Amino acid sequence: MKKTRQPMPEQEAQVRRHNFDEVALGYTPEMAVLEAERCLQCKNPLCVAGCPVGIDIPGFIQKVKLGEFEEAFRIIDAQSSLPAVCGRVCPQESQCEGKCICGVKGEPIAIGRLERFVADTHYAQSTEKIVPPTPNGHKVAVIGSGPAGLTCAGELARRGYEVTVFEALHKAGGVLVYGIPEFRLPKRIVEREIEQLRALGVKIEVNTVIGKTYSVEELMKEMGFEAVFIGTGAGLPRFLEIEGENLKGVYSANEFLTRINLMKAYREDSSTPVLHARRVAVVGGGNVAMDAARSALRLGAEKVYIVYRRSLEELPARREEVEHAVQEGVELMLLNNPVKVLGDDKGFVKALRCVRMELGEPDASGRRAPKEIPDSEFDLECDSVIIAIGTSPNPLMKNTTKGLEVNRRGGIVVAEQTGKTSLEGVYAGGDAVMGAATVILAMGAGKNAAASIDRFLS
Amino acid sequence: MYRILEKEQLNASVFRMVIEAPSVARKAEAGQFIILRTDENGERIPLTVADYDRERGSVTIVFSAVGATTIRLSSMSQGESLQDFVGPLGTPTETEGLSRVCIVSGGVGAAIAYPVAKKLASMGCCVHSVVGFRSRELVVLEKEFEAVSDRFLPCSDDGTWGEKALVTNVLQGLLEAGEKYDRVITIGPLPMMKYVSLVTKRFSVPTVASMNPIMIDGTGMCGGCRLTVGGVTKFACVDGPEFDAHLVDFDEAIARSSTYREFEGHAREQACNLFLGEGNV
Ligand SMILES: Cc1cc2nc3c(=O)[nH]c(=O)nc-3n(C[C@H](O)[C@H](O)[C@H](O)COP(=O)(O)OP(=O)(O)OC[C@H]3O[C@@H](n4cnc5c(N)ncnc54)[C@H](O)[C@@H]3O)c2cc1C
Ligand code: FES
Repeated sequence: MKKTRQPMPEQEAQVRRHNFDEVALGYTPEMAVLEAERCLQCKNPLCVAGCPVGIDIPGFIQKVKLGEFEEAFRIIDAQSSLPAVCGRVCPQESQCEGKCICGVKGEPIAIGRLERFVADTHYAQSTEKIVPPTPNGHKVAVIGSGPAGLTCAGELARRGYEVTVFEALHKAGGVLVYGIPEFRLPKRIVEREIEQLRALGVKIEVNTVIGKTYSVEELMKEMGFEAVFIGTGAGLPRFLEIEGENLKGVYSANEFLTRINLMKAYREDSSTPVLHARRVAVVGGGNVAMDAARSALRLGAEKVYIVYRRSLEELPARREEVEHAVQEGVELMLLNNPVKVLGDDKGFVKALRCVRMELGEPDASGRRAPKEIPDSEFDLECDSVIIAIGTSPNPLMKNTTKGLEVNRRGGIVVAEQTGKTSLEGVYAGGDAVMGAATVILAMGAGKNAAASIDRFLS
Repeated sequence: MYRILEKEQLNASVFRMVIEAPSVARKAEAGQFIILRTDENGERIPLTVADYDRERGSVTIVFSAVGATTIRLSSMSQGESLQDFVGPLGTPTETEGLSRVCIVSGGVGAAIAYPVAKKLASMGCCVHSVVGFRSRELVVLEKEFEAVSDRFLPCSDDGTWGEKALVTNVLQGLLEAGEKYDRVITIGPLPMMKYVSLVTKRFSVPTVASMNPIMIDGTGMCGGCRLTVGGVTKFACVDGPEFDAHLVDFDEAIARSSTYREFEGHAREQACNLFLGEGNV
């Protein structure tokens, strides 16, 4: 058996760093079958235990091996409503693939790539016409159109509920449209998911900020919604709270990525501006930081740095994203902590002052905490700084919904089993509950809440 | 879609539009704002709610056609529709318990200040209005403003309308003459609000400024609208748009507002050529 996986066809690094087209091009059927043949079909599959939604992974891979791609899709579809998205953005190395037994002596099976292949093949061939189910007479409101909200809406619509999704922005999709860039997740994939929901009869009301345009109370008391699902995400950006952070050229990653992804500021025909910086320092080490760094490159930056205060080992981004970023020319400046943003006489950023860090002894949790090396400050010349150190749930829902309980970090408190909040008939899930997490967990929470809402209303 | 029900040109560059937006009109209050896009490739821009009609389901906006998007907007006609229109965003002007207020506004800010004056007057509050324009031909809503003010103090830079003075001089005159106010509310260009704030600080009159930084989402998601208020970072779209003027870092706000000056100059030129014909602005 081959120890290594089928490589993923990709746009060449020096080409792709100048465009926003998708980086990974996807397996051909031959590649998919070859990769599927590597699977040992374990009796006790660890990969399934590593999947947050418990997809029958050996099951679908077996079908791929036999060339029965549509059957493979049915198996995934039983657990996951967004396989084309998850195959592209899930952190497989810490989930299914991280558990794969083949990974011990060689490379784990490329489960994510196979999932993507199966989903893309299905959507490319499918001529299936969606027939909306017979209405069951119940109305449910979904707030937020990210993966949590979309999944909850889809699950309920399939059961015959009349579902309306309310979205604050002018376009549905949540982080999938405003955060994750085109080169990693083409927007047509998200649009197709939304089209499918519409075909199922789901109404999507964009430009509607719940808490402002309507309150949760109005939805339930005046507008006839019997249950509400809150999937408003964790959109509130955190800042470093260092001097110079409000200089021109300092962005939160959310602002920078929204200008690019939602507003398409990289295109000639968009009226939304974004600074095209020459040298960019991105602070943080997660997927968001990598997305911002790689987007900055694509806008034409000559130098892009990732400034991260721990070491490579702790870097929380998906491995693949880090590798892609480095191939494209992003420089990792590990064990550095920003202390001040310096500006020029016009108020634009001219440098980021950093201090070097070293890892100390492991603390109680076993993590080695970074600490400053005395007198190691230096100035990193740059004309833009992008802050990607995390986000928290937006307080808007809490502030406008009486009785909605949140925890210390602003996450909505829910009963784990059901997703029910402190308010009768109100459920929540995804980043709004957990704080910034993953697409698959948000999807799982949406699905779970839909089942609870169904029990509550029937 | 959000239909333009009425369009009126108030002066050479300032326009008033009534937009059909029942869900926004239901709740809008003076001091709040909306975000709109004219078309599919348009940018999101915030505009203050200048008036609303809950029964008709409409919201009035007043804007000065100075940037690419506002020029494009000014070229749209009655009956056409805007791509997006979302709101009401931000917090309403706090008016409770006020009995003597001086409203200091300038330029297109006067049109935005007018509904605040109207609301205060309707509550029985004594309203003094200091209104400034560069010159007579730029004056908007004169009669309306005068009708809701107990004292109406017009002024202009060149003396062609009211007193030849800056709004800050007029305000200072009032305060020196011993006028007492519970609050000064100021709406207008950033430098004007900065100087109004400096004057009222000297006289210890509580002052509120309506801030209008660059925004995208308007829901607290991007932080692009951040300002420093009393040494703390605030998001104008959710924490404001009105803030204690004595605590606002105006210099920082002025600097941040020029982030895209270069881009804007270029975009404006293109918009002029496209929508207005050359040499029309
Ligand atoms: C740049 C970036 C890259 C990422 N990369 C990955 C990755 O590679 N893999 C991965 O698994 N995860 C990734 N994530 C995380 C993942 O995208 C999120 O965990 C996931 O999208 C959360 O889904 P959600 O449905 O809970 O919320 P969101 O996707 O945040 O959607 C919430 C929606 O609710 C709307 N909303 C908010 N408040 C209101 C309101 N009051 N009224 C109406 N609508 C409202 C918002 O506008 C938004 O559209 C990334 C996140 C970012 C920002
Ligand atoms: S406009 Fe984005 S946070 Fe205020």
